[in-house]
Amino acid sequence: MTEQRHQVTVAVNGVARRAEVPARRLLADFLRADLGLTGTHLGCEHGVCGACTVLLDGAPVRSCLMFAVSADGHDVTTVEGCREPAGDLGPVQQAFLECHGLQCGFCTPGFITTITAYLEENPKPTEEEAREAIGGNLCRCTGYQNIVAAVLRAAELKREREAPHE
Amino acid sequence: MKPPPVVYHGPDTLEEAVRLMAEHGAEAKVLAGGQSLVPLLNMRLTAPARLVDVNRLDDLAYVHSDRHGVRVGALARHADLEHATHAFETIPLLRQAVRTVAHPTIRNRGTTVGSLVHADPCGEMPAVLALLDGEVVLRSERDGERTVPARDFFVGPMESACREDEIAVEAFFPRPAGRTGSDWRELSRRNGDYALCGVGTLVRVDDAGAVSAAKAAYIAMGPVPQVVDLTAAAADGDWSAAADHAAEQLDPEDDIHASAEYRRQLARVLTARSLRAAYEAVAP
Repeated sequence: MTEQRHQVTVAVNGVARRAEVPARRLLADFLRADLGLTGTHLGCEHGVCGACTVLLDGAPVRSCLMFAVSADGHDVTTVEGCREPAGDLGPVQQAFLECHGLQCGFCTPGFITTITAYLEENPKPTEEEAREAIGGNLCRCTGYQNIVAAVLRAAELKREREAPHE
Repeated sequence: MKPPPVVYHGPDTLEEAVRLMAEHGAEAKVLAGGQSLVPLLNMRLTAPARLVDVNRLDDLAYVHSDRHGVRVGALARHADLEHATHAFETIPLLRQAVRTVAHPTIRNRGTTVGSLVHADPCGEMPAVLALLDGEVVLRSERDGERTVPARDFFVGPMESACREDEIAVEAFFPRPAGRTGSDWRELSRRNGDYALCGVGTLVRVDDAGAVSAAKAAYIAMGPVPQVVDLTAAAADGDWSAAADHAAEQLDPEDDIHASAEYRRQLARVLTARSLRAAYEAVAP
């Protein structure tokens, strides 16, 4: 059987990207295989681990639980889009670096995207709120302590960077 | 793993979606939020020949509230219901319960109506619909629109009354009458995991503070949401006695997560706490 292919256009990190894909192409595989954006990682492929989390029109979703065809016409932000416009590390990435919020790094893209969106909604989380915010992402290395610290540090960095300069 | 090959339909109108289901219903599945269907496809536990993706039917992405209750369209995400202040003010139980559905990331995509049709006995929203005596509106080319009450809608584990050529277009959650307090609580090993036991309660009081009606609904305690009337058992405000009575009506099963006896004990403890909280929310 020759699979029917669909023309899909998604604005990824602000750039319109187009590819022709079969209906069953997961958004995560579209990003990785069709667009070459391998920052998005696939762990469990059934929505549990959170490694593949991307932002769909600004809100975190599992890219392993969505078809690329369903994303046609929408905006997607991946971990590659969580840096500063000039190319420096974004506040969440910088915080992970400073707090040692990663070891192997496999789960990190999902944490970065999730926390980036979370801090837009809640710019000044408590430690308990930070813990709750990352509840849907699994990390096998860190024991989470440093990731919780990174959420709080990222909130600080974000506030500093967004504060009006003298 | 990756999902099996499938023919994709992305209708722009409900009429077109209904027509597609009339034509292909026997071999098609409706794709809404996909937070249950796509894992099943990825694990190859199901392999429909076609998918009818309703994500372009923006007209169905509504949450409406009035004095009768809350109407939730087929494309409203759990997060839409959670964040709709008017829905919370009309029926606080909706937000109390939907906040315990998986994680925020899943709630951003998963739909409330989709979770009703999926009819997972561990799912929160089927039990909420059952507790409130709500209903689901189904549409097909053959029968037009029909409305099915919750007690007839949940047929078995992962089985609802939605026929293969039908699309669930709306859920209606009626507002409880009178001065009624509600509560939702559950126990899971980790926040956001499936609950080992979950309970929702409604307690109605009169102006003097006496209990005039009480009932509870349970998840993970049977093949479909279990609703237990506790009006008589809770009449004198003895929450422990009412909880004992409720636990006797339940027949949970053993699985790798918990024994039946442990589940029943959880039901007992959670019910007593939940009834008290629901009562205190409205007691004079």
